[in-house]
Formats: sequence, C-alpha cells, structure tokens
Amino acid sequence: MSSADIYRETILDYYRNPRNFGKMDNPDVDARDSNPLCGDEVEMQVRVGPGSTIEEIKFVGKGCAISVASASMLTELAKGKRLEWVKELSKDDVLRMLGNPELGPSRIKCALLGMKVLKSGVYGYLGAHYDDPDALGSTR
Amino acid sequence: MLKSEALDVQKVRSDFPILLRKVHGKRLVYLDNAATTQKPRQVIDALVDYYSRINSNVHRSVHTLGEEATAAYEGSREKVARFVGAGPRELVFVRGTTEASNLVRFAWGEKFVRKGDTVVTTIMEHHSNIVPWQLLARRVGANLKFVGLLRDGTLDLDEFDAALKEAPSLVAVTHCSNVLGTINDVRSICSKARTAGATTFVDGAQAVPHMPVNVAEIGCDFYAFSGHKMLGPTGIGALVGRKDLLAAMEPFQGGGEMIREVFLDHATWNDVPYKFEAGTVNIADSIGLGAAVDYLTAIGMDRVRSHEMRLVKYSLETLAGVKGLTHFGPTDPSRKGGVISFNLADVHPHDLATILDDDGVAVRAGHHCAQPLMNWLGVAATCRASFHVYNSTDDVDALKSSLERARGIFRA
Repeated sequence: MSSADIYRETILDYYRNPRNFGKMDNPDVDARDSNPLCGDEVEMQVRVGPGSTIEEIKFVGKGCAISVASASMLTELAKGKRLEWVKELSKDDVLRMLGNPELGPSRIKCALLGMKVLKSGVYGYLGAHYDDPDALGSTR
Repeated sequence: MLKSEALDVQKVRSDFPILLRKVHGKRLVYLDNAATTQKPRQVIDALVDYYSRINSNVHRSVHTLGEEATAAYEGSREKVARFVGAGPRELVFVRGTTEASNLVRFAWGEKFVRKGDTVVTTIMEHHSNIVPWQLLARRVGANLKFVGLLRDGTLDLDEFDAALKEAPSLVAVTHCSNVLGTINDVRSICSKARTAGATTFVDGAQAVPHMPVNVAEIGCDFYAFSGHKMLGPTGIGALVGRKDLLAAMEPFQGGGEMIREVFLDHATWNDVPYKFEAGTVNIADSIGLGAAVDYLTAIGMDRVRSHEMRLVKYSLETLAGVKGLTHFGPTDPSRKGGVISFNLADVHPHDLATILDDDGVAVRAGHHCAQPLMNWLGVAATCRASFHVYNSTDDVDALKSSLERARGIFRA
C-alpha cells in the first residue's frame, strides 16, 4: 500500500475540516496527551448523559493528517455510545475506521493517539465514579 | 584526485554499500545526514579488522594484542585530534556530542559555575546544548539566558553583546544549526566571550563532518562532535578541551582507568584525557572514527564543503519551483551548512516524510531536538533534507519530484 492509499479523500477531508473540533464548558471527561516523537497533541472532552452514554464529545489538537483525522472520526463513532464501549475499543477498530491503512510502527502511534486520550479520560471517569451507580447509569 | 578538483560523487558512492539497497523498490535517496551519515566500506572494514585481528583491552594488557589495540586506539586519538587542530592530550573520547556537553556540565560546571552566575546559550541550539545547562543552572542556582535570532535565522549579535555585559561564566553555542544550517562566527563569538571572562563550549556536531574546523583558530575552551555524523560508527565522539581546564576539572565518572591510585577512603586521578575515560573505552568505534577521518582527509574537507555549498545552492533554486514550499533559514550558501528545512503548504511534515519514503527519499520530519527554535519559527515541526559527500543533484531532483507527488496527493 502506498501513501496515496493512506491519504484518501476522507482522511484529507477530516484533516482540513475536523468534525467535533472545539471545547465545551464543564465537561465530565477532559483528557489530553501528546506524542513526544511527532509533537502531535490531542485533547478530548466528553459530556456524560443518562445511562452513562457519551452525550457530547469534542476534541482539539494539532498534528499530522492521520492523528487529526483519526481523533475526529473517533468522536463521531463514539457519540451516543455507552462509556463501557470505550473500554472495548481496540487498535483494530480504529484502523478499520481509517480504512485499514498499512501504517509503519512510527506512524501507527499517530493513528492511535485519539483512542489513547479517550480511553485515559473515560477510565479516569469510570474510576472516580466506581461507587456511584447513578453517575454510571443503571448498567451495573 | 587533485584537491582543486570537484568531488567525484559516483566514485564516492561506490564506497558506501548501503547506497545499493532499494527502499520500496526505489533507489535509496538518503537525505537524513544531519541525523546520521552512512558508513563507507573503509570504516566498516576497520571495525571488522579490529574484531577479527586485534581485539583486546587497552592500556594495561602487556601481551601483543593489548599493545596493538592500545597503539590503534591512541593512534586514532591522534588522528581525530589533528583533524580538528587539537593535540591528542586535549581530546577525550566520549559517546557523542550529548555526552560531551553533559561531561562539561558535571565535571566543569558543578565546580566552576556558582549560584547567581549566568550561562548564555541561544535559541537555535539542539536540546543537547540546552538541557544540560538547564540542569546545571537548577543544580547550582545559576541563571540561563538565551540569545535570540534575526529574521534571516542568524544570531542576533546585539543581543549576544548585551548578554555578555552580565559577565556570564559560560557561553554555549552551536557552530552550525542542525535545523537552519546557520553557520555561526564562533571565532568572533568565542573571542568576545573570552574578553567578557566566560568559558566557551561549542557544539560542532554539524560542523566537523561538513567543513574544515580548527579549534585553535576558533579559540574555544571546549568543542564537541559526534563520530556517526561524519561517516564514523555510532557510540563514539569527542570532547576537545583546553588542557589546563581539563586538568582543573573534576572526574566525570569514577571507575577503572580514570584513577592513579585507589585507597579505601580516597583516590587520585589519572592524567588528562584518561581521567575522563572511566571503564573499558569504546576501542572498536574509536578506531572506526579514525578510519572515517582518514576517508574525509583523503577527500579534503575544503572539497566536502564546496560540494555541499553547490548542493545547497542547487536545492534552493530547485525547491523554489515547488508551489507552497516554505524554506527556513539563511539562503546564502556561504553562510549555511548542508541543511535545508522546509514545509509544504498545510501538509504536516510527518505526512510529507511518509509520502517521500514511498519514493525511497529519506528526510527527517519533526522538531529536530530543537523545540525552542520551532517555537521561534512558529511551527510545530519541519521537514529537513541534509547532505553529505555521496549526495548529488540527482538526489535533489528526486526530492523535488517526490514533493510534487505529495502536493498531488494532498491537493495542496
């Protein structure tokens, strides 16, 4: 696979017009991380809704087309899902979402940065609300 | 080859086995020489020869192999020292430039830099010429002061002169920027610094591999460089220091080789430079570095420099034809090392480097261990093409056509 396949129209579109880009007031989840190799940065914010669902999700960040597009597409995929869904999210899910690009070891970190940030934020939230059934909905 | 003749690139290329390999089925166009250079057969052979024929520990072995290894190691020290205009007793073998600045930070800095002192460096430095001084300043309570740049990417000498008024104890500056290619007038900088009473440390990692360097003419107190950026092996480099300074310094690491006598409650130190070479030294790679110095000397550093100046001139002309390309740094080849930093439209440098790699074109993308400089440039990262003796205008043409392909993919 050559980079012409990696940088498909969709990826470039999400890079230049990222969906759900921005910040919200008083988010329930707020996490950020960076990739020291590239300097890519992603911050994810989530408002948790009834039933422990992702009611609203936003991200800001700067970086390469792969990291920005991946974070943005992930916000669309995550919206409306239960927080538990984030726990199940895998590397393969993210790569499938990006159209299964063949990324080398140095670039795969770019693709996975958004997922890493979302997971660390949501895990933190789940941990902090472990004893609070209301906050986590009626699923436990 | 007469010294006045241009460098015969095809002949040089035949000495580098790696240039025969393909990357994604394409000819390797290696333009990441500021990160590390490739190695000629002569250097690889020197390593194989050492391990096949001589391998032994140095200095204290009385047997034949030990004596041969010592002669080869010390012979290499003499060669490398002469290459930069220093005496052999002024050259300490280290892992590379980073270890050299850290050696100075510990062995000189902790002894001679006091609370409230000022250390002056610049915002064009590699992290290895910033972070050790930050750590030193924090440890002893000194102030770190940064000299800024003019818009053309050269040092702001008015700001430098103003910084000297604070009577700094140390001035640490790069000879040549690894991002912009800016060549600093280190001779004048060191002379002014010395008048102001400062000790000087020059980072020569991007200078020694690419141009004639003479530390005596520069008049610096410390000068550091890395072997792997000058066709030599990784893991070996040099710190050149004024003999009286090296003698007055504390040891860097303690252990074997660096001592004269050891008692239960104290020890005395070996002579310079051995005082700074604790433990079994990197014998093989220092011999490899000696072979790299022989190789470069045979070509002639004046010829290496003019070759790279021609490539810089050709690159600036050629890349000016690429729509959306922004170049960072001086544009006068006589004031610039063989380094071209650029960005292409809104394409992130990492995406660009990935696309170029498809075509076998190896460039660097990122902050180049110079984040303060990236902030000054107002970018998160740049792409960087950097040259050495085996690069030709064909390589620059390959870079250009790959950049055009990237523009197409990104519709930039």
